[in-house]
Amino acid sequence: MVNRLQGYHPSALVKIFGILIGLVVGSGCGGLAPRTKAKKPTPVAVPLQPPIALEPDAFDKPRRQAGSILIFNATILTADDDRPRIERGWIRLKNGVIESLGPSPAPAQADGEQRFDAKHGFLTPGLVDTHSHLGVYPSPHVWAHSDGNEMTNPITSGIRAEEAFWPQDPGIERAVAGGVTTIQILPGSGNLMGGRGAVLKLHPSRESRAMKFPDAADALKMACGENPKRVYGKGRRAMPMSRMGSLFLMRKTWIAARRYKLAWDNWRENREKMVSGILMPVTPPKRDLNLETLALVLDGKINVHVHCYRADEMLLQLKLAKEFGYKIKSFHHAVEAYKIRDVLAKEGVSVSTWADWWGFKIEAYDAIEQNLALLTESGVIAILHTDSEEGIQRMNQEAAKAYWAGVHSGVKLSKHDALKWITYNPAIALGIADKVGSLSVGKHGDVVLWDRHPFSVYSKPQLVLIDGQIRFSSMQKTPPWSDFEVGQ
Amino acid sequence: MTLLMALTVALVGGEIHTMTGSPIARGTILIDNGKVSAVGTDIDIPENAHVIQLAGSIVTPGLIDAWTQLGLVEISGVDASNDTRSGLGDVTAFHRVIDSYNADSSLIPIQRIHGVTTVLVVPSGGLVSGAAAVFDLSGPAPVVPNAGLVARLGGQSNGSRGSRFWRLRALFDEAIVYGKNKKSFERNQYRDLFASRLNLEAVLPVANGRQRLFVRVDRRADIRALLDWAVQHKIKLVLVGAREAWLEAKRIAKAGASVILDPTANAPSNFDSIRSRADAATILLDAGVPVAISTFSTHNVRKLRQWAGNAVRTGLSRRQALEAITRRPGEILGLDGHGLIREGSVANLVIWSGDPLEFASAVKEVYIRGERQTKSHRQRVLFDRYRKLHRSSPTKGSGDVQP
Repeated sequence: MVNRLQGYHPSALVKIFGILIGLVVGSGCGGLAPRTKAKKPTPVAVPLQPPIALEPDAFDKPRRQAGSILIFNATILTADDDRPRIERGWIRLKNGVIESLGPSPAPAQADGEQRFDAKHGFLTPGLVDTHSHLGVYPSPHVWAHSDGNEMTNPITSGIRAEEAFWPQDPGIERAVAGGVTTIQILPGSGNLMGGRGAVLKLHPSRESRAMKFPDAADALKMACGENPKRVYGKGRRAMPMSRMGSLFLMRKTWIAARRYKLAWDNWRENREKMVSGILMPVTPPKRDLNLETLALVLDGKINVHVHCYRADEMLLQLKLAKEFGYKIKSFHHAVEAYKIRDVLAKEGVSVSTWADWWGFKIEAYDAIEQNLALLTESGVIAILHTDSEEGIQRMNQEAAKAYWAGVHSGVKLSKHDALKWITYNPAIALGIADKVGSLSVGKHGDVVLWDRHPFSVYSKPQLVLIDGQIRFSSMQKTPPWSDFEVGQ
Repeated sequence: MTLLMALTVALVGGEIHTMTGSPIARGTILIDNGKVSAVGTDIDIPENAHVIQLAGSIVTPGLIDAWTQLGLVEISGVDASNDTRSGLGDVTAFHRVIDSYNADSSLIPIQRIHGVTTVLVVPSGGLVSGAAAVFDLSGPAPVVPNAGLVARLGGQSNGSRGSRFWRLRALFDEAIVYGKNKKSFERNQYRDLFASRLNLEAVLPVANGRQRLFVRVDRRADIRALLDWAVQHKIKLVLVGAREAWLEAKRIAKAGASVILDPTANAPSNFDSIRSRADAATILLDAGVPVAISTFSTHNVRKLRQWAGNAVRTGLSRRQALEAITRRPGEILGLDGHGLIREGSVANLVIWSGDPLEFASAVKEVYIRGERQTKSHRQRVLFDRYRKLHRSSPTKGSGDVQP
C-alpha cells in the first residue's frame, strides 16, 4: 500500500493516522478496522517525508506559446559545440520549443506563423545567470524589501529564496531587455548555509512558483570567507568569528545531516513493524527543515553552489564535500579560481565569476581579468555570473570584456567559448543544459535576436523570447511589467 | 624616460581624435616637455625627434573620469585602507583628499592601462564631505589640488532633506558673512556662527563662485531647489548622479550647471531616483547641458569606455560619447588642456588599436604628460605568475613558493 519511492501517498497517511487515532481512543477492533473504513484521501499540505513532492502547484500556470514564430536572415550563434555558427540562418519556435533551425533558405510560411526578418542580426540562446538576487534584493532598495539574507543564524539551509521573491522587481524586465531568460535566485552570503535557491524563467508573473523552471533542482547556497565571520563574529561576537569556526559549523551541520538522512532512510525501509501480531506504523523521524535540505543534497537532488573567493578556501570546500559525499556544482565569485584551475578541471566543478569585479574586500584582491579565459583554456566549466541588477542587463558585454582580456593576453579562446559563459555553461551548473543554454531542436524557445554581434558594446537585443513568447521587443514600447513603476 | 622627455616625441600616422574638430587621418602629434607642441597633417618633425609610427591606430586624449575615489581606497572593506570619509562630522568642508591621496595605490596602474589618465578624486560622507582634487594618474602632484567642494542632498533615514538643504544654505550664508567680517571675527567681536572657522574658510571660495560645488543629488525636486539657490548666489554648480536631472534639462542648461552621470543607472533604485532612465544623457545633451560620463567606481574606473559605449546604445553619437569621457569632463572640472589634443594641451594621450569604445580594441600605449606609462600592474603580474601552473605550485601540495 505504501508507496516507498514516491513518499507518502495521501491515502496512506490517512490510514496511518487512522490507526494511531484508533489505538489512542480505543475505537474499532484490532488494527484492521480503520483500513477498511478509509475514506476518500484528504490532500496533505505538509507531508511527513522529504522530498516535498506534494507541494501544490502555482496558482498561475505558464502560458504556452500558441502557433509558431520564424526568425530568418540571422547569423545564429548556437552555443552548441556540434554546430557553433549558422550563417544566414533561420529558426522556428513552435509550442514554446525550438522546432527546427538551419541555414537559408528558410522554410515556407506555416499557417498563421509570425515571421521576423533579422536583417543580418545575430541570434543567440537566451542568457542564463547562475547568481542573481533579483526579487530578493529588489529595487527600490529599501529595508522592507531586503529579503535575501536571514542573518539570524549562520545555518538557515531550510529557507527558500523563492518564498521571498518579489515578482514586481523592476529589475526583472530590465534583465529580460538585456537578453536574460533564466536566472538562479539565491539567498545572500551572510550565512554559512544561507538557504535554498531556485531557477526561474523570467516570465512576468504574480508569484515565483509560476516562474520556476520545470524540473530544475533547487540550490543550496553556502558561503565561505569574510561575510559570515563579519556578520556573526564581528557583528555579534558569535560563531563563526574565524574561518576555523566556519568550517567547524559546516562540518558539524553535515554530520547532523548525515544522521538525519540515515534516520529517514531507515524509516523509509521500515515504516511498519509487527507488534504483538499487529502491523504497526513506525513513527517517522522529526522533520527538520535545515537538515532536510542538506539530506536532499546528500541524495543528489539539490545542487550545491558555494560563494568562495580564495583558492585555498575553495580547496577546503572540496575537501569538505568529499568528506561528506556531496558534489559542488559551482564556486561563485571565485576570483582566485585561476590559481587552482587544474584541480577544478579535474574535479569537474564549474566556476561562476565576473569579468572584472575586484578589491571591494581583501578576499577579492587577487582577481585578474583573465580568470574566465584561463579557466576555459584549462577545461574548467567557466561561467559569467552577475550578482547584480546592473550587470545582468549587459551580460554579453561582460563576456566580451573577459573574452578580449584573455585574447589580448594571448590566451587561446574562441568567441564560441565565451558565448558559452553566459548560455550553455551556466545551464550545466543549474542542471538544465538539456533544455536551455544552446540552440538545438527540442530545446526551450529561449532566443535573443541582437542587432549586431553581442560582443560589440553597441549591440542591443531586438527580440527576446522565452518559451516561444516574445517578452521584449525593441520595436514595441509596452507598459512596465512592475506595478511599482506604474503611475510614477 | 627622463632622457626621452628632453627630446621631442613624434607620434606619426595615427587617426587623431582631437575632440576639437573632425578626426585627423594619418596625422602627427609632437610632444615637448609634457605638452602637445603641434598636431596636424603637415607637421615638420625635428631631426632629433623620437619618432613612433602609429599607422592603423587611433589616438585620443587620455580619458577623464570625473567621479572616483582613486588613491583614497585600497580595499573597500579594510577600513584602515579607506580614506574617503573625514570621520569628523557631518560638515567637513576643510577635509581635503590631497592629504590622503596615495599615488602608489595598486589600483592606479590598473585603471591607467585602460586609457584613463585623469580623475577627479572625491571625498564622501556627510552633508559636506570636503574638497575634491584632480589628479593625472602618473604621480603624486595634483593637477588641481582643490577642484571644489563635495556635498550630498537627498533622502536619508533620519531628518528631512529640507533640513539638510537648509544647513547647506546657512553654511554658505555664514561663509559670506564671515568673508565680509573676517577682522571682527578674528578679534572675537562677531556673533557666534553655526559653522566653525575652518569650515567657513573652506566654503568661502565656493560661496563666492570661485570654486565649484559638486552635489550628489537625484530627485527632481531637490535639483530644482538647488538650481534656484545656485543661480541666486552665483554658485558654480555641478550635479552629480542626477538621476532625475533629465526632467529639468532646460532649467539646468539655463542655470549654466553641468551634470556628471552614470549612463547605466536606469532603475528606480530608491525614492530619489524613481524616474531614472537610460537615455538621460541624450536628453540633457539635446537641451544643451554639459554632460560627463562617470563610472562612479574606484576599482573599476577602467570600464569608463564601456560606460561611454552604453550611452551610445541609448542615443548618444559615438563622438558625443567619447566627448563625455574626454573634453566634457575636462571642461566641467575647469581644466585647461585636458581632454583634447591641440597645441599647448597636456600630452595625455592614448593609442588604441581600434574604436576606443569597443572591447575588441586594445590600448597600445598611454602617455601622461608626455611620458609613456608602464603596462605593468599588480593584476598583470599575477596573470604572468599563474600563466603556467608549476609543479611546485601550492595547489599541488608541495608547499613550495610559487615561482
